[in-house]
Amino acid sequence: MKHLIDIKDLSVQEIEELIKVAKDIMQNPEKYSEKCKHKKLATLFFEPSTRTRLSFESAMIELGGNVIGFSSASSSSTAKGESVSDTIRTVGCYSDIIAMRHPKEGAPLVASIKSTVPIINAGDGGHNHPTQTLTDLLTISCEKKRLDNLTIGLCGDLKFGRTVHSLITAMSRYKNIKFILISPEELKIPEYIKEEILEKNNIEYVETNDLEKYMNELDILYMTRVQKERFFNEEDYLRLKDYYILNKNKLETAKEDLCIMHPLPRVNEIATEVDDDPRACYFKQVRYGKYIRMALILKLLEIK
Amino acid sequence: MNIDSIKNGIVIDHIKAKKGLEIYNALNLGDLDCSVAIITNAKSKKMGKKDIIKIDKSIDLDLDILGYLDSNITINIIKNDERVDKYHVELPKEIVNTIKCKNPRCITAQETDLTHVFVLTDKDKKIYRCKYCETIKEE
Repeated sequence: MKHLIDIKDLSVQEIEELIKVAKDIMQNPEKYSEKCKHKKLATLFFEPSTRTRLSFESAMIELGGNVIGFSSASSSSTAKGESVSDTIRTVGCYSDIIAMRHPKEGAPLVASIKSTVPIINAGDGGHNHPTQTLTDLLTISCEKKRLDNLTIGLCGDLKFGRTVHSLITAMSRYKNIKFILISPEELKIPEYIKEEILEKNNIEYVETNDLEKYMNELDILYMTRVQKERFFNEEDYLRLKDYYILNKNKLETAKEDLCIMHPLPRVNEIATEVDDDPRACYFKQVRYGKYIRMALILKLLEIK
Repeated sequence: MNIDSIKNGIVIDHIKAKKGLEIYNALNLGDLDCSVAIITNAKSKKMGKKDIIKIDKSIDLDLDILGYLDSNITINIIKNDERVDKYHVELPKEIVNTIKCKNPRCITAQETDLTHVFVLTDKDKKIYRCKYCETIKEE
């Protein structure tokens, strides 16, 4: 039985297969509409999330399956003091596959050790969010028609942003990738990401706090939100939250085929005037997220 | 200064000077019912100064703890006054329930019954990470 806890759990070949299936689902949705008939997905969200939970649930429904679950820890037995392992062993009796979000880092790994059904990590604190990374990879593959030979700008909170760390990890496996790491000093990419992933894999990268300086080089601009919940100090959050705001002016020198991505939700970091720009891909990205989750559910349930 | 040699037992040699007592405590050698000697600041050609622990009994040592605390240590097995085996300890691949993760966001901070596991992720730099949250072990 396979789980997805970390994007590194999947080989490049497995990711390629998932992307291939997701693209096939997009082309032929009716072919997949009953693939998960009589199967149940449990969405266990110990931390509030709208889009990820709905994305998983709509993915299962479009595969013909059913969904059970809860959307906050207060409505689960965790509020009574139940351990993650006990919750998972119980829910495993009711469902065929579990998508789980938890505020504590490593909770899905703990769940996978005891689980009798496949576990999908739908986000564990600031640690991992592998299905967001799969979403990003499908978006890049569909929009750029390749996963290699790309200059990728990552902008905003590069310190706590788990999507950024996972995306760097995933993209570092492809050829000729260059990263432009754009962040304020306080939210720079952690040293271990530079040492253990970028430098270890000889990936070219530049660190800057200037969003416009390298705009003309970018194939992808991945904007991120400064997340309030990752700060212990509200003062720091207020000072940094509007550090970058992408607007039409800042895109003046950008390539015509730039792909602007964002894991959403956005706050102020992309002005709404950018939404109608053909280069804005972040709402398409949401749709891709559903298709790649459909492909993932099929893979983990071993349904061809 | 002379310390009597042992007939059957173990000599833990090449311990970094001043670290002998830490190793004595980590291995719970105080609980043994045999003689145990800690020699500190012994002269060493290789290290200048070193600590040595002599245990007057054959026991099972927790090599993982030894490797984690000081990977330069050598173990000598003594039988009938003679050294019959000598080996080096290595950095353990995993350290189980010896150190605790200090990341307040780690699941081990919430569920205290969980086994604390640190995994060796970089042998050259001696980097251990929490198995659950991947936080680097603090020195």
